[in-house]
Amino acid sequence: MAEHDPATSGESKGLAQASRGGEVERAGRGGAAPAPRRSLLPAPGQGFGVTFAQMFKKVTTEQYPETPKVTKPRYHGRHVLNRHPDGLEKCVGCELCAWACPADAIYVEGGDNTEDARYSPGERYGAVYQINYLRCIFCGLCIEACPTRSLTMSNDFELADDDRRDLIYTKEQLMAPLLPGMEAPPHPMRLGDDEKAYYVREPQSGSAAEPVTVERA
Amino acid sequence: MGLEEKLPSGFLLTSVEKLVNWTRKSSLWPATFGLACCAIEMMATGAGRYDLARFGMEVFRASPRQADLMIVAGRVSQKMAPVLRQIYDQMPEPRWVLAMGVCASSGGMFNNYAVVQGVDHVVPVDMYLPGCPPRPEMLMDAILKLHHKIQHEPLGERRARQLERDRAEGRARDLLVEMPSTVRVDKEARRAYEEAAAAGRTGQFLIERRGGHVIEPEKTR
Repeated sequence: MAEHDPATSGESKGLAQASRGGEVERAGRGGAAPAPRRSLLPAPGQGFGVTFAQMFKKVTTEQYPETPKVTKPRYHGRHVLNRHPDGLEKCVGCELCAWACPADAIYVEGGDNTEDARYSPGERYGAVYQINYLRCIFCGLCIEACPTRSLTMSNDFELADDDRRDLIYTKEQLMAPLLPGMEAPPHPMRLGDDEKAYYVREPQSGSAAEPVTVERA
Repeated sequence: MGLEEKLPSGFLLTSVEKLVNWTRKSSLWPATFGLACCAIEMMATGAGRYDLARFGMEVFRASPRQADLMIVAGRVSQKMAPVLRQIYDQMPEPRWVLAMGVCASSGGMFNNYAVVQGVDHVVPVDMYLPGCPPRPEMLMDAILKLHHKIQHEPLGERRARQLERDRAEGRARDLLVEMPSTVRVDKEARRAYEEAAAAGRTGQFLIERRGGHVIEPEKTR
């Protein structure tokens, strides 16, 4: 059975390929001399030349902590709970954000506004509001779900901490700061007699409290 | 850990502690532990644009024996947990763990039977980094916060006990680990942040620095 040697026999070519690990033989491979070098420079000069040429290229490195990173305006960063221009909270405690959240990162408890203690226009306000940043995936579904534009996202992203507990942000941390003209709730409605006056009001551009009133081109 | 346990504490050793901590934080070599999409951002952080080499930690060690920091990047499945622990055990002390991304930190959106709900079930974690995945700046921010933490670590048992006592009696200075790195490098901003932290207004700090704008105003972009 010497003529059936798999390496030489024409019929058992497939078997021969299998013995080479399934590799197909190609022309110019294996045993052929490497392509001749077409350069007048000596080899080290050619090699270091690549390194040397890098010195004249523009540096792409970002100097991050010294130069703060400014993200795109719609970057999904840390959340903010906004306020009406008189300082009342926009959050009505409807929990739609918590329902929308795919990671179950948001916990809301609604509370009733009374005549003595009014935190938001209308009947209800968010009494407890917590976002667990160790669950939040910054998808922005909560922002889409929010009916009053109370919850929006800032561009801040430097959130790392060494304690799991500190990364559950509470309402005090998430609330937007009081700007000039704002008054810390609880206080009565200043912009009208009922909540309708708050929601159908023309926004005044230019104020930091009402950020984008025209869509950019 | 070694000789420093037997030495008395004092002015000299405090200076040595600073020097040792400085050397430790300045060449913190990470072990490669990329498990999922966060690893892509981790690789980007090591590459030229973000360049972790600026902080002396460009060498991602394939062997845990030469690594000081384990960046757990990605979701840890129950099957991976013992492997993770073994890698951690193979690292020489002192060693640190950074849980990168929400999955490593708490399980994130994968609240199910297959995923470990936070690597702190398996190894002690020194820094939690939210984000899904965190952008390279977020990772750098977490690493710089960890550097700050390492710089203030006690050297030896005696110092650790003293620090524990100070903390119990309320004499220890708050490290403010959560201070954003861009704030920490700016002396004036750092002082303002410390004041804000004392008043409990760190949540509003960055917005107030922008004059009440939730996002960066148009003109500075």
